[in-house]
Amino acid sequence: MEIFGLSSSALLSQLLLGLVNGSFYAILSLGLAVIFGLLNVINFSHGAMFMLGAIVTWMAGQYFGVNYWVMLLLSPLIVGLVGIVLERLLLRHLYQLDHLYGLLLTFGLTLFIEGVLRSIYGASGLAYSAPEGLSGATDLGFMVLPNYRAWVVFSSLTVCFATWYVIEKTSIGAYLRAGTENPKLVQAFGVNFPLMTTLTYGFGVALAAFSGVLAAPIIQISPLMGSNLIITVFAVVVIGGMGSIMGSIVTGLGLGLVEGLTKVFYPQASSTVVFAIMVIVLLFRPAGLFGREK
Amino acid sequence: MNLPKHSFLILLIGLAIVAPFVAYPIFLMKILCFALFAAAFNLLLGYTGLLSFGHAAFFGGAGYCIGYFMRDLGVGPAAGIVIGVLFAAALGALIGGLAIRRQGIYFSMITLALAQMFYFICLQAPISGGEDGFQSIPRGELFGLIDLQNDLNLYFLVLVIVVGGFLFINRVTSSPFGQILKAIKENEPRAISLGYNVNRFKFLVFVLSAALAGLAGSVQALVLGFETLTDAHWTMSGLVILMTLVGGVGTMAGPLVGALVIVLLEHRVGEIGGFLSQLTGVSWFNSLGESVTIVTGLIFIFCVMAFRRGLVGVFIKKK
Repeated sequence: MEIFGLSSSALLSQLLLGLVNGSFYAILSLGLAVIFGLLNVINFSHGAMFMLGAIVTWMAGQYFGVNYWVMLLLSPLIVGLVGIVLERLLLRHLYQLDHLYGLLLTFGLTLFIEGVLRSIYGASGLAYSAPEGLSGATDLGFMVLPNYRAWVVFSSLTVCFATWYVIEKTSIGAYLRAGTENPKLVQAFGVNFPLMTTLTYGFGVALAAFSGVLAAPIIQISPLMGSNLIITVFAVVVIGGMGSIMGSIVTGLGLGLVEGLTKVFYPQASSTVVFAIMVIVLLFRPAGLFGREK
Repeated sequence: MNLPKHSFLILLIGLAIVAPFVAYPIFLMKILCFALFAAAFNLLLGYTGLLSFGHAAFFGGAGYCIGYFMRDLGVGPAAGIVIGVLFAAALGALIGGLAIRRQGIYFSMITLALAQMFYFICLQAPISGGEDGFQSIPRGELFGLIDLQNDLNLYFLVLVIVVGGFLFINRVTSSPFGQILKAIKENEPRAISLGYNVNRFKFLVFVLSAALAGLAGSVQALVLGFETLTDAHWTMSGLVILMTLVGGVGTMAGPLVGALVIVLLEHRVGEIGGFLSQLTGVSWFNSLGESVTIVTGLIFIFCVMAFRRGLVGVFIKKK
């Protein structure tokens, strides 16, 4: 079967690639939104945390022989702890100031973390192979489905919806939503708000690390892998608006798909298409697709 | 205008005139260009409260523009600089016009994203030379009279341009227009309620800032004779933020001091690393020169955490 002069299986595999990127966008913009909601900080180092997640996985495999599945759990924990330490030591002291300082601090952190890792590993990519159970591909009849990519999309979606469920439907999430609306009042009710912000930052960062682990076998692991991605994610966040969790997920996945389609029909524009969509959204819906005008 | 400030200015200009006979002129010109670039950025952050994360696009874009017009179309340096500035202003109108549609942190993210888009266009468009950038841009002769191949001649041209740029910024910030910008910075809703069309002012100052950044970028391309993607990359946007922060946000002399400190540091960081490794016996310090970002990152963190007034800011408050 052919669509627009392309075989449908080629089209579908590009769409799957787009969906893989889209799941990274979704998880990363979700984390950014959760952190921004409570801390009012745009976490520039989100990309660096994504990279840390991948590189910690690689290091554990290389030096200690720890396998992928363990790291899928351990790596977000380690990076989450790093985030908690950073929040306690540095970020905490900036909440009283203009939001811009949080962005600048996390930008400085990104430069530092990337610089340190680059002085150890250089800028070229490190290779990490997919776990045995997920290598290879399944023939579905209408297309060949690479198992690992399917796993990335599946697990990302699971984590996204679990996060959505926790925030929107449970009592912990209710505290979080209340804290986003009115931190002072939540504190007056006896909630340990400082602890809540610390854990929220740790959680957001751990999400980034989780997608970093997922990305390890399919993207070249390098100290710089996060920063270009995070700028695209910023555009995703501008398009979706940070007001809604589901909005972040849908926008992330959707833009990944659009990017994948652009790769098929006009590859030159694939790196800029997300930004172009951002321009269009800014022109016609300045508050973002899911945003509320403040 | 008090006397110490005047004598300080005269001293500074005297120093700038003597400097090329003592130090390497190209290096000095680089510092001057970055000082103007940082001052242009500071016009936005320090006087209007807008954090642009995309100023590299104007700096690098103007550099590409002057390179193309001077090398491939044979335009003279004066016209080249004007074209570079106009290009940056036009780009500023595009990016600024879109970015001011959102406030606060979104503004920063939009400028960053749009500048990244511009970067990708530079990377892919055949006209900009891709990864190699623009090589061997001629310096030409100013108005057909002054040979700019001579470093000293070029130095004084750059000095005049940069001093002119600073005077212009000073004029803008002390004008009624500048007062309204400060009002927007302090309290935007209030400025709106006073009847000012805030978006128009933001747009104007953004275009001004972009044009000045473009001036700095075109002059730098003229001085160095090449233009590469580095100048349009987001790390350059970060660097100009750092310069302003180190020098002192919202001060006139801050960007100059900041540019001086950061450019010097970037050049000397290898030597500092060598010295540290001798001192401490840790050989890792020797590789510090290759990873400047570690040092810039640390300075960034330090400035944001403990030194938000910057070098000049601290000095002014004490006085």
